[in-house]
Amino acid sequence: MNRLTITKTPKVYVGGAFIRSESGRVFALNDANGNFFANIPQCTRKDLRNAVEAAAKAGPAWAKRTPYNRAQIIYRLAEMIEARSSELVDAIILGSKNGTSKFAAEQEVAASIDRLVYFAGWADKYEQVLGNVNPVAAPYFNFSVTEPMGIVGVIAPQQSSLLGLISLFAPAIVAGNTIVAAASESKPYPAIVLGEMLATSDLPAGVVNILTGFHKELIPTFATHAHIRALVAEATSDELKTLALGAAETIKRLNSFSAEDKIDWFSDSFESVYRIQDTLELKTVWHPIGA
Amino acid sequence: MPSRTLKTKKSGRSAPELIFGDLWNFDPAPETADPKLKTSYDLFIDGKWVKAKSKKKFASINPANGEKIADIALANDADVNSAYLAANRAQKMWGKTPGKERGKYLFRIARLLQDKAREFAVAETLDGGKPIKESRDFDVPMAAAHFFYHAGWADKLEYIAPGKRVEPIGVVGQVIPWNFPLLMLAWKVAPALAAGNCVVLKPAETTSITALKFADILQDAGLPKGVVNIVTGASETGSAVINHPLASKIAFTGSTEVGKKIMRSLAGTKKKMTLELGGKAANIIFDDASIDQAVEGIVNGIFFNQGHVCCAGSRLLVQESVADLVITKLKTRIRMLKVGNPMDKNTDIGAINSLAQLNKIKSLVAAGVREGAKLYQPECVLPKTGYYFRPSLFTGVTQSHRIAREEIFGPVLSIITFRTVEEAIEKANNTVFGLSAGVWTNKGSRILKMAAELKAGVVWANTYNKFDPTSPFGGYKESGFGREGGRHGLLDYVKLS
Repeated sequence: MNRLTITKTPKVYVGGAFIRSESGRVFALNDANGNFFANIPQCTRKDLRNAVEAAAKAGPAWAKRTPYNRAQIIYRLAEMIEARSSELVDAIILGSKNGTSKFAAEQEVAASIDRLVYFAGWADKYEQVLGNVNPVAAPYFNFSVTEPMGIVGVIAPQQSSLLGLISLFAPAIVAGNTIVAAASESKPYPAIVLGEMLATSDLPAGVVNILTGFHKELIPTFATHAHIRALVAEATSDELKTLALGAAETIKRLNSFSAEDKIDWFSDSFESVYRIQDTLELKTVWHPIGA
Repeated sequence: MPSRTLKTKKSGRSAPELIFGDLWNFDPAPETADPKLKTSYDLFIDGKWVKAKSKKKFASINPANGEKIADIALANDADVNSAYLAANRAQKMWGKTPGKERGKYLFRIARLLQDKAREFAVAETLDGGKPIKESRDFDVPMAAAHFFYHAGWADKLEYIAPGKRVEPIGVVGQVIPWNFPLLMLAWKVAPALAAGNCVVLKPAETTSITALKFADILQDAGLPKGVVNIVTGASETGSAVINHPLASKIAFTGSTEVGKKIMRSLAGTKKKMTLELGGKAANIIFDDASIDQAVEGIVNGIFFNQGHVCCAGSRLLVQESVADLVITKLKTRIRMLKVGNPMDKNTDIGAINSLAQLNKIKSLVAAGVREGAKLYQPECVLPKTGYYFRPSLFTGVTQSHRIAREEIFGPVLSIITFRTVEEAIEKANNTVFGLSAGVWTNKGSRILKMAAELKAGVVWANTYNKFDPTSPFGGYKESGFGREGGRHGLLDYVKLS
């Protein structure tokens, strides 16, 4: 008789731990043939608030890490994914009903790893491109420096469940922000597997928190949670409107991509220092020059 | 005149004090240059003056005496639509005009503004109530400087975003406030034009005059028709400007409350936005600061432009060990401030911009008294007509008082004490706003620590309320987003690809 395999219970990665939804709710994930694969946590707004708390705790220390250290940690994440890339390839194939080819899945994983390496390299350089010394017309030393916004909410694309997710959160964490992400609702499994890799990278607990669940349940809280200072999202126009209306309550920064635009997440336009700038504030400091 | 004494901490003894402020009356020194105003203004659309389709006008009032200055056209939806159509037609040409040529128009505008600087300064003071010395020495020269600075960028835009192609956004709708009417126009119009965008601008309804005078400068400069369109009116005109479908971007400076309304009304559209909103800045005085310099900085921080400044240092955080000394010196200093006719060259604090604003200040000050803070106002004589308010200090203020949380936008300072660096940071950041902050200390490492910890877009260390076209300005948190000035300000007026 063949040995019965051990199936994995998918859990979400929040605050450095693997948890189920506080609600105890799950939704079934089927494989490409329509057979039951596993139960995925159906996270609630309470889970989201807990994740924001974890992100808030991790924030100040992450922002104070040296840029060189942040670079190495994000590079380490790329190392962890590269070593286990076949797991992510399987995860991508598993969730796609129209049968993503193995080749396409491999390409997505490779692009995701390369994107992390790309952003890792920016950590100790973006300040030199984005900051400035300003030649004011008076005897003052005046300079502008960037600072992380704080907690960034990420709404991952439904289709590009790995590359899209990483393209949205990598620039935010390079910048010293901590993030709370909603994984693709229709293809949640790559985000679950990614969580296991995040846990074995040197990324401190709480810097990246990823929830699975229904976007219609989570998006209104992403929109209005006052401690989330910025949102980067790919979503439908209706969802983006909900995010924009909620963002108005606390003047939250919203950087949005419309799902209807069929975003090409492989595009070079996602490799830019200005993606990092999207989750940075600019601070200008004046001091008199004199004896 | 009663003799006044100052108790110094060192000796504990009373020291004699010289008070000059109210010993002698200054002779009036009114500025008399002719502001060259019309009695009635139309709308500036497509390079010419056109009558408002609304057929309505509203009066612009001099807040120094309550008298009418001019009648101004009230733009309705149809008028705003004409302005956008004109801007949209001009956009096709202006966006393709070589940067070198666009820059030359901006240089011309800067020079023409300098030529008429005195005229504009008088008009600004007449219309808005700010002291002539401020409009003459700050508002108008700084407005010209903004045009000159951005002129030079027009043909160098590829340097603002290395590795990216830079294109104009398109037609920009801009709504500006009444506290620095011409300067805010310059902050908005100069970068928009340098980047190749066309503009529909709405000045604040109480301070439209200098924007309308500016239209004459545009004509003198030969700026192509439709590149800048100026529509006047109140909030309904503003919402027509903000919601027009031809606007690719909205730039707004004003209150956080209106900023939130704009965000809501633009939700679901693809319009870009920059918002420069309210503030409740902490001006933090440590015990090792140069106290006399700090006192000057506090006064400049809160009484500049009657406190109608979004980045005003309206919360004074003073270290407990020097609180008595600072407050005593501050009281002495504000007794010397001359409150009165804004057109007088000696005036420090002019007229409150409007009756509505005066009432708002009064109601918040009343709330401060009701909530238990202690009010100090010098006994200066205020003019009999017009809108004026005494420079005011509140001591005994706690974090929960409305006067410590809400933007008053008037000459009212709330004083709070602290003991440690950590407490100062905690109290300074305990606000929904994050526009600016001030730090006074002679310790370099502490300045850098405070500059890093304060959640604000501008930090003034051992100075306050300094501005420059090269220096990016804008807020964190509910003080808005986007920057104005410098390379960073231009980035908000271009499309990168």
